[in-house]
Amino acid sequence: MGFLAKNHMLAATDLVGVRGGRLLFDKLNFSLSNGTVLYLQGANGTGKTTLLRTICGLSKPYEGNVNWCGEDIHELAEDYYKHLLYIGHLPGIKEDLTALENLQFSLALSGTPFDLTQATEVLHLLGLAKGLNLPTRMLSQGQKRRVALARLWLQDLPLWVLDEPFTALDANATDMLKQKIEAFANEGGIVVMTTHQEVAMHVPKFEQLRLGA
Amino acid sequence: MTENSQEVKPAKALSTFSVLYRILARDIQVALRRQSDVAAVFFFFIIAASLFPLGSGADPKLLSAMAPSVLWVMALLSCMLSLSRMFSSDYADGTLEQMMISNQPVVLIVLMKILAHWILSGLPLVFVAPLIGLQFNLGGAELQILAASLLMGTLALSLIGSIGAALTLGIRGTGVLIAILVLPLYIPVLVFGAGAVNAVSIGMSPNGALSLLGAVLSMALVFAPLASAAALKIALE
Repeated sequence: MGFLAKNHMLAATDLVGVRGGRLLFDKLNFSLSNGTVLYLQGANGTGKTTLLRTICGLSKPYEGNVNWCGEDIHELAEDYYKHLLYIGHLPGIKEDLTALENLQFSLALSGTPFDLTQATEVLHLLGLAKGLNLPTRMLSQGQKRRVALARLWLQDLPLWVLDEPFTALDANATDMLKQKIEAFANEGGIVVMTTHQEVAMHVPKFEQLRLGA
Repeated sequence: MTENSQEVKPAKALSTFSVLYRILARDIQVALRRQSDVAAVFFFFIIAASLFPLGSGADPKLLSAMAPSVLWVMALLSCMLSLSRMFSSDYADGTLEQMMISNQPVVLIVLMKILAHWILSGLPLVFVAPLIGLQFNLGGAELQILAASLLMGTLALSLIGSIGAALTLGIRGTGVLIAILVLPLYIPVLVFGAGAVNAVSIGMSPNGALSLLGAVLSMALVFAPLASAAALKIALE
């Protein structure tokens, strides 16, 4: 993959997260290089999503900063976003459009050209062959999740930020996603994710961070 | 940074233009799948504006005298009806978050959302307003200027309205709040838009009012997307 050629680094320095006047995390430091999976743990309300959104630049940190390859992400702005693939707990899917139309749009937002054959193949792989031309309103929660996750197979970006990616997925899809994340990290990608499920990962570097401890 | 991006993406990245086109096309595609939303605005305008000739008796002079203001106020209200929907569904399903972290400038994405709103709710009024104007005993010259002033004016309304829509995002019961925020800002558009048609009907040149309307539109075109993008960022924090 294209990003193998370059070393990437996502680092947080003295990150302080506050939400609704409550301190969520204090002076958080980490530095993730190629091939690292950072696995955020913590009970509900301990700031996992806030931290993910801060890493994405959607929320501004109360103090401290997040750096991508040594530069502040808020200064890089679009130059940072073109490396970032974020799948939040909201799927970002329009219920009136079909799975393919939704994919075409979410790929376009990050500047990736849409290849119909490739997209169809990935949706087949994810077990969505029957619902290709249905509005996603007709799909189940797990199937919508799969449509959102199909971007992971179609885009070539070096940083993934995934908020509860395994939610609503069945055992089969969970396995597929886990293998995809492992393959991605082995190729040099960086992943930051939260999940309540225990997943053992076989990746070059596996780090855990427990919030609210 | 440009060398860097070529390394990252082996496939050629989409140009800004094609990304923006996709955003505009998707909004129109979604609207065509749920036509009732668009049709509601359109028919509100037709019905509400048609009530005036029925209610005010058959005095052609009175009708043509009040036509510019009635038609313009109705256009303004129907435009406002659909404002709260401009960003709310993208906000609810997480698309707005993805737009904020797109590799295109947020201001341009917001401008596309505004354009889509205008094409779906403002532009149809430009075509139907002259027909309604016939009910008000308006002459050919007045109808032409009515359409021209609405063409510029409705775009200005969508632009200015986007600020209200963005500021009230995520708040419950936004309808009245948007009206309070946006209606005062709509006053110049109404004054110059209706003023242009009034000028023609008393035999004066509409050019002055139309130029001022154009000035309002240019200002809105520059500042409204910036203000809306900033408001959206705050709404998503």
